[in-house]
Amino acid sequence: MRKGQYRFVAGFLLAPLALYLIFVIWPYVQTIGYSFTDWKGQSQTFSFVGLDNYKALFQDDVFMGAIWHNILFLVFIPVITILLALFFAFMVNAGGRGRAGGVQGVAGSGFYKIVYFFPQVLSLAIVAVLFGALYRSDSGGLLNGILIKLGLVDADNPIEWMNEPHLVLWCLMAVVVWHGVGFYLVLFSAAMQSVPRDIYEAALLDGASRTHTFFRVTLPLLWDTVQTAWVYLGIIAMDMFVLVSTMTQGTGYGGGPDHHSEVMANVMMRNFLYYGKSGYACAMGVIMLLLTLVLSVVTLRATRRERIEF
Amino acid sequence: MSAPITEPTKVGGAGVPPQRAVGKTPPRPGDRRSEGLTLNVFSHGFLVLWAVLIILPLLWLVLSSFKTDAQIGGSALGWPSHWQFDVFQRAWSKGIGDYFANTLIVLVFSVPLTMLLGSMAAYVLARYEFPGNRLVYYFFVGGAMFPVFLALVPLFFMVKRLDMLNTYQGLILVYVAYSMPFTVFFMHSFFRTLPTAVFEAAVLDGASHSRAFFQVMLPMAKPGLLSVGIFNVLGQWNQYILPSVLMQPQTSSDPERYVLTQGLIQLQQQQGYATDLPVLFAGVTIAMVPMLIVYLSFQRQVQAGLTSATLK
Repeated sequence: MRKGQYRFVAGFLLAPLALYLIFVIWPYVQTIGYSFTDWKGQSQTFSFVGLDNYKALFQDDVFMGAIWHNILFLVFIPVITILLALFFAFMVNAGGRGRAGGVQGVAGSGFYKIVYFFPQVLSLAIVAVLFGALYRSDSGGLLNGILIKLGLVDADNPIEWMNEPHLVLWCLMAVVVWHGVGFYLVLFSAAMQSVPRDIYEAALLDGASRTHTFFRVTLPLLWDTVQTAWVYLGIIAMDMFVLVSTMTQGTGYGGGPDHHSEVMANVMMRNFLYYGKSGYACAMGVIMLLLTLVLSVVTLRATRRERIEF
Repeated sequence: MSAPITEPTKVGGAGVPPQRAVGKTPPRPGDRRSEGLTLNVFSHGFLVLWAVLIILPLLWLVLSSFKTDAQIGGSALGWPSHWQFDVFQRAWSKGIGDYFANTLIVLVFSVPLTMLLGSMAAYVLARYEFPGNRLVYYFFVGGAMFPVFLALVPLFFMVKRLDMLNTYQGLILVYVAYSMPFTVFFMHSFFRTLPTAVFEAAVLDGASHSRAFFQVMLPMAKPGLLSVGIFNVLGQWNQYILPSVLMQPQTSSDPERYVLTQGLIQLQQQQGYATDLPVLFAGVTIAMVPMLIVYLSFQRQVQAGLTSATLK
């Protein structure tokens, strides 16, 4: 390469790389360093405390409870979302009349794709306000309103969705599923459409039913995409900050009632911005990173199949 | 799995002409048709149900903004008694207008800057051989793997040290930096697919490297720029965590520079003290409209852009 080219390459990389290093990479690295200190965040003076923060973390019941809630999300959110999305994607792409060979979408599939996907472009802040109104604990909330109308709930005693310890996590999950299904429907649709038609037609000629086709043909061919979806939903389940901090009760970034909806991210934010325990919050960040990495590796390993070329 | 996915086939999905399959009707046409029919009714039921579950809450929220406070608290299913649009005006003047403006100011700079810097980096990484090329590429793309929470604490102090807390320029730079992984990843694969011949012709005609980039390669990459651009608009418009850490007034004299998502949450939390729910709902409606317009106009690019964001 000539000299001018080096100067050109360096010139083009300089600004993006500098920004990226300053605001992304360096903070990531610093987090790990700070997690071994008793930094309060106010001054630059802090001392090295070794693994004390991590030891304290494991004594911290709130944080431990938060990890447990994240694990529950980790189990249920991907399963429910992926199953619903797969079902809808199959209907939209191959659920059409048998006459067409079972390889056509149902009527109006384009419409469904557009409608289902829409929540994905709404910010979680909007979604949080919307569901805050839906879950209102009086008859003014849509859910209670409908249940009262149907006579399933006593009007004087409506359900306190977000204040019931055993309901709050499920309510939060419902929001995430509502928000995400359309996106994964489109993702799976794209993958289904890249499957050659001949494969479906061959399966049909061999007399396979649609259920059979789905489990024996579609799903195996989609496995890579399902796996990706799993990792991404896992990352969402590890986060949950926006919904928990805005939709649940609690001092400093939600988590109520009585810590029943705490997740790691909001405990971390509380310790950082509310209690000013920066070093401790950094240790939580590191734990989140480790769990995310473990999650990705485990998912990719556990779901590894022989890749099907087509 | 690095190839960006092609856009979903247009409306109608599978698009196999029915006639093609008719000749090959499977052995037991009777059975199959009845199976298809029941399954069809069944599945269509679920599809309709989910569509209702998406549309109904949104519609209900928009309708609720026309109600009065008493009506909202009283019954969820009532119809608004009067259709006055002044609630939108009230919401706008109560802060939504400012939040909207703040978001716009940030995005007007951050999105073009993201696109420019991201494309530049992606371009040299995709088309020039130099030692460390792969390393820098993975360095950029790898950032997408980590949760943003990991960086929040040091990021706050970094921005503070630069004296950029609660400033537009601070948030703009942070947005650009955090949009880099996906932008570089996407544009990298796009620049790789562009033909070399055109570039060589430009160089033979005496264009410099940067001129070849700005006048030849960048215009050719327009479809890719559009997809990734929409992705960045949506992502930065919807961002909540970064502004909620970086855009808080630092002193009492510091002006409030909340962005729209922050502002909505702020409005929602104020409801505890002063109840004016119609204003909150009107605010949400106002915030939803631009998204609805962008989505309906660029529906295919939005879906393609977000889909390939996941398939890295």
